[in-house]
Amino acid sequence: MDSINLLTYFVLAVFVGFEVVSKVSSTLHTPLMSGANAIHGIILVGAIVVAGHADSTWKLVLALIAVLMATVNLVGGFVVTDRMLEMFGGTKKPSKGAAS
Amino acid sequence: MSILTEEVEALLYLFAAVCFILALRGLASPKSARRGNLIGALGALVGVATVFLAEELSNIGLILIVIAVGSAISVPASRMVKMTQMPQLVALFNGVGGGAAAVVAFLELGAADTVGFLIAVAFTIFVGSVSFSGSVITFAKLQEMMTTRPVLFPGQRYVMGLLTIAALGGSVLVVTQGNLTLGAALMAVGLVMGVLLVLPVGGADVPIVISLLNAMTGLAVAASGLVLGNTLLLVAGTLVGASGTILTRAMASAMGRSVNNIVFGAFKGGSTAGSTEMSNRPVKSGSAEDVAILLGYSQRVIVVPGYGLAVAQAQHTMYELAKALEAKGIEVVFGIHPVAGRMPGHMNVLLAEANVPYEVLQEMDDVNPQFKTADVCLVVGANDVVNPAAKTSPGSPIYGMPILDAGEAKQVVFLKRSMRPGFAGIENELLYEPNTTLLFGDAKETLSKVLSAVKAL
Repeated sequence: MDSINLLTYFVLAVFVGFEVVSKVSSTLHTPLMSGANAIHGIILVGAIVVAGHADSTWKLVLALIAVLMATVNLVGGFVVTDRMLEMFGGTKKPSKGAAS
Repeated sequence: MSILTEEVEALLYLFAAVCFILALRGLASPKSARRGNLIGALGALVGVATVFLAEELSNIGLILIVIAVGSAISVPASRMVKMTQMPQLVALFNGVGGGAAAVVAFLELGAADTVGFLIAVAFTIFVGSVSFSGSVITFAKLQEMMTTRPVLFPGQRYVMGLLTIAALGGSVLVVTQGNLTLGAALMAVGLVMGVLLVLPVGGADVPIVISLLNAMTGLAVAASGLVLGNTLLLVAGTLVGASGTILTRAMASAMGRSVNNIVFGAFKGGSTAGSTEMSNRPVKSGSAEDVAILLGYSQRVIVVPGYGLAVAQAQHTMYELAKALEAKGIEVVFGIHPVAGRMPGHMNVLLAEANVPYEVLQEMDDVNPQFKTADVCLVVGANDVVNPAAKTSPGSPIYGMPILDAGEAKQVVFLKRSMRPGFAGIENELLYEPNTTLLFGDAKETLSKVLSAVKAL
């Protein structure tokens, strides 16, 4: 991939990142941070690539450690965020029962 | 397996990236937050599935086993962690993500060819390591495994200066020489720097530091996307880096702090260390019955819940008490400080857990004008967020932080475990005011006593 393309992606993503969270009430700061935290767990994709291409044992071991850490970040991140938001959902509409 | 063509791979990564954007967007509003998070998880699933189908990988069995182990560790941990301890769990997840990025970049160092590529490698190794060790220290602080006060030692700023030079020099060497030993050295410098960066941060500012480290991990992941030529990592990491930066600033402004001050405040030799003196001035303490009478014969009560309420798992009892008072025709609202708990919005999560309806929770700006007309302000397990020092004493570490004007209520009742100062480690003048009553004890126990006394009135 040529570097100017990558730079384009980078700059556009910066603006999108700024834009999507520009007006957030403080109530949602914690879940938002936790959700963003889960998203960077996608480094798992990178860890899988290096583990799959590892050409020596020590590299494989290190790469698998990276896979482990990334999995914890990704999976745990989404689960804990969901758990936080589950509680918001349950109390927002108490009259409508346990919906959402 | 390289089942997928490059075009399909790129399309699937695009799909995952769009999912992440929608996830962040969804998380920014209460109605769509949960769906947003699930969309993000879907994007992650598609991204991970794609890499397995698109790349020619060996060791797939081992990788899958490790992923299974990672999930087996993290799912129960996330499901079972107490909501009060959630901030440190997020810090830990963030740290391992940063660590993973650093390791990935380190392993790609051998395959490095161009300068741009090597710069991205050096950046990821360094920032990922800082994020990893910094997060571990924030975890230790929040878990109270170590002091929550700023840790300072003489010459700290010189050590930091030297480390910065070492980091820059190390990065240049990594870029020019590109060997693994130098990469490992840069990683070590990053780890030490992460520790030193977070040690001087006071307890109350730790959440902002988590958010900052979160943004840094995002950038490290973005740079690792450059290293691997993977657009999904680049876009996802950049999104987190950018939104995390905005979020960090928003959190800091909710606390009346600037990010610079938080990270570098202690180095400048300010008074962030907080006073440690425990004064022996007299305070007025009352019994549960006294408090019940105060509450039972008032018209308006404002409850200011704090972290101590949640630690004692007293949210349910608190809400029972509020309902008992409302049954007597007394108006009860909860005044929620933006940073009540340990993170912005944390208290809302904690109260939501106890089924306290969303409507009785009022944000600081809405509740502050109401204190003047309130008969009783009941402060349960909170301290710093009602500390008038934030307004009156410019030397105080929390000076400038917006507070709840609890002192303006006719009577203030503090439910506290002891006279120990709050998380920020500062004495609270409000405790010594003549219209303040203190009720010592475990929040849950004392609240139940007050509750039965109110019911008996």
